[in-house]
Amino acid sequence: MSEGQYSLEVKDYDKSLDLTKLKPYGDTMNDGKVQVSFTLPVEDNERGVEAALQLAKSMGLKDPNCAHHRALDSEFSFYVVYGSLVHCVNYEEVHVQTVEGEVMNMKQIGEYIKENIKREVVIIGASTGTDAHTVGIDAVMNMKGFAGHYGLERYPMIEALNLGSQVENEEFIKKAIELKADVLLVSQTVTQKDIHIQNLTNLVELLEAEGIRDKVVLICGGPRITHELAKELGYDAGFGPGKFADDVASFAITEMVERGLV
Amino acid sequence: MESKLNLNWDIVDKARQSAKNIAKDTQEFIDIHTTVTVERTVCRLLGIDGVDEVGVPIPNIVVDNIKNGNGLALGASMFIGNAIIETGLLPQEIAERVAKGEIDLTKLPMNDEFEIKMAVDKVAKAMISKITENRGKREAYLERFGDKSGPYLYAIVATGNIYEDITQAKAAAKQGADVIAVIRTTGQSLLDYVPYGATTEGFGGTVASQENFRLMREALDEVGEELGRYIRLCNYCSGLCMPEIAAMGAIERLDVMLNDALYGILFRDINMQRTIVDQYFSRIINGFAGVIINTGEDNYLTTSDAVEEAHTVLASQFINEQFALVAGIPEEQMGLGHAFEISPDVENGFLYELAQAQMAREIFPRAPLKYMPPTKFMTGDIFKGQVQDALFNMVTIMTGQKLHLLGMLTEAIHTPFMSDRALAIDNAQYIFRTMKDLGSEITFKKGGIMETRVDEVLNKAADLIGEIEKEGLFSTLQQGKFAGIKRPLNGGKGLAGVVEKEKAYFNPFVALMLGGTK
Repeated sequence: MSEGQYSLEVKDYDKSLDLTKLKPYGDTMNDGKVQVSFTLPVEDNERGVEAALQLAKSMGLKDPNCAHHRALDSEFSFYVVYGSLVHCVNYEEVHVQTVEGEVMNMKQIGEYIKENIKREVVIIGASTGTDAHTVGIDAVMNMKGFAGHYGLERYPMIEALNLGSQVENEEFIKKAIELKADVLLVSQTVTQKDIHIQNLTNLVELLEAEGIRDKVVLICGGPRITHELAKELGYDAGFGPGKFADDVASFAITEMVERGLV
Repeated sequence: MESKLNLNWDIVDKARQSAKNIAKDTQEFIDIHTTVTVERTVCRLLGIDGVDEVGVPIPNIVVDNIKNGNGLALGASMFIGNAIIETGLLPQEIAERVAKGEIDLTKLPMNDEFEIKMAVDKVAKAMISKITENRGKREAYLERFGDKSGPYLYAIVATGNIYEDITQAKAAAKQGADVIAVIRTTGQSLLDYVPYGATTEGFGGTVASQENFRLMREALDEVGEELGRYIRLCNYCSGLCMPEIAAMGAIERLDVMLNDALYGILFRDINMQRTIVDQYFSRIINGFAGVIINTGEDNYLTTSDAVEEAHTVLASQFINEQFALVAGIPEEQMGLGHAFEISPDVENGFLYELAQAQMAREIFPRAPLKYMPPTKFMTGDIFKGQVQDALFNMVTIMTGQKLHLLGMLTEAIHTPFMSDRALAIDNAQYIFRTMKDLGSEITFKKGGIMETRVDEVLNKAADLIGEIEKEGLFSTLQQGKFAGIKRPLNGGKGLAGVVEKEKAYFNPFVALMLGGTK
């Protein structure tokens, strides 16, 4: 029986969808509604709220509403703010780089290798640098796999070796040379202050110094990795969340064939 | 029935008997009165619809015409039936002429009463067939798609624009919502007429009009076909036009209707005499149309303390049950209301909620109970809000609540965004899946906190109903026994629209619907 207890704001803007001026959608086209929550290192009082609102405005939020604020400590306060984003993007001009090519299943991958490479492909992987998290590399490499996708260890015609976590780049390269690896997988899960970027760049530099960069397929993956970023850093491909062993292997073996690394 | 809470069934029976007496006592008042909206409803059910050139609904014009001629006490049926005989026209054609000032209904020569009844009955039966057909359509859908055995996920849309509501409702249905309720625009319950046509402007909700009902029904049928599920549509037949909206809902095949006179009296300050008469006819229509009614007890707890006043909810449920039975509503269509509104700061508050929800389930075993999410203690801290809603979801699945109003993490901030609804549905579905049979796996401690709690609530409720039985419902409402709100017998809105019936008064739909083919 609730009636009239909801927002009463007047909606006097163009309500037709224009993909050249794409905006967030709350409950009306082009209302631009977004929510942000953050902490400020100041006392929780009216001044703090006003500061939060001004920050929201600086972010481009029109008519910001501080839905919630509370003290976290005497000099820290938490805010939940809603507002209408003034910015928009031209969706027509948004292009993303993704890994191209068809994704094969485990059986097809085995057959493809037999037919085109005619020997076992060696893939080594690791979480390199300071990163102690192996959830990503395990999902791709370990026998059991993840979410119904088996890992590379189970694949026919693939020799997969997971080196685990906190592997230094030098160590990683040493192992690659020793095992004559065709494909190198680097996982970066939890990072701080963009250390994963430095670490990934460092690996590319070391590979080049050793003169083997063009002899391997180099792939990185992790929750903050995009294909575009990977390319920029000098990798052949990057895989973000929702990608599995079949995605990675399909790319790796076709890349090998295309580059004549058989 | 075995109670998990060791309920005292003697007290339950006693309270139920008292509630029955209260309803019977009140019914004596109802039976000798009619109201302007009851008569407009009769007009609508006789096929009268539309507006004049300045937008006044034609059913209002017709009833005003009868009222101005001092004929209301005989009922609209009498004059429309008479006009059918006099003019040979259909009710709609007659009504349009009344609107143009070409016919004055009370000035026509009066024909024989029996013949008038015959003439009206013929038209009334056509509408009865249409509503019966609608019931059949719903049943056919449910037969074809099957009906859900667990709680119905009930989501609200409230953009103000029926077309935007449709976009939101379709998205919600695809996300998993089973019932879509279209919130009404602010203040519609206080209008003594029903707006006409499709509408795109509303504040805090969308106008309840017959065309808006039709548009949403069509959209939900369409998305239901796509999903292979029947999506129920809910609206609000409360306020000054209760029975008219019930009629519109019956004609457009709505499935659920908020329908509670006590709510209107307490929270909208509608005159109690007016709305109790209106409620009776609206419930007859809802009962006949197979509509599940929702009652508004949950609202008591938004104004008064949920721990202190829990017994008023139970007392009101007992009374609403009896008022529904009198109007021919079977238990399976009684969405008696209650809510999860205990402050998060109360120690063991969750135990009280769980105990009370289980109690309602056991006392009204066949009713599709309507369970409302936390609202009063939702703060704007959306993260805490999501946890509160999760606890609420747990109570529903553990105690078998049926109409589960989805709690929104942004309650107290804004009308739900499309994403808010999706998060709420995900939350509920997760909990309903992972805790599906927990309720049947656990028993509660003998003499524990929960047993003690419901014993206290039940006893206080029985005492309150006993008092109401002694004093009468109207007098109790004047004393502020519910939600702490006092309402005078002759105060509030809409009293001018109540008249005492004359002996010759008749309304063909009461008999047709109560004795009909249910």
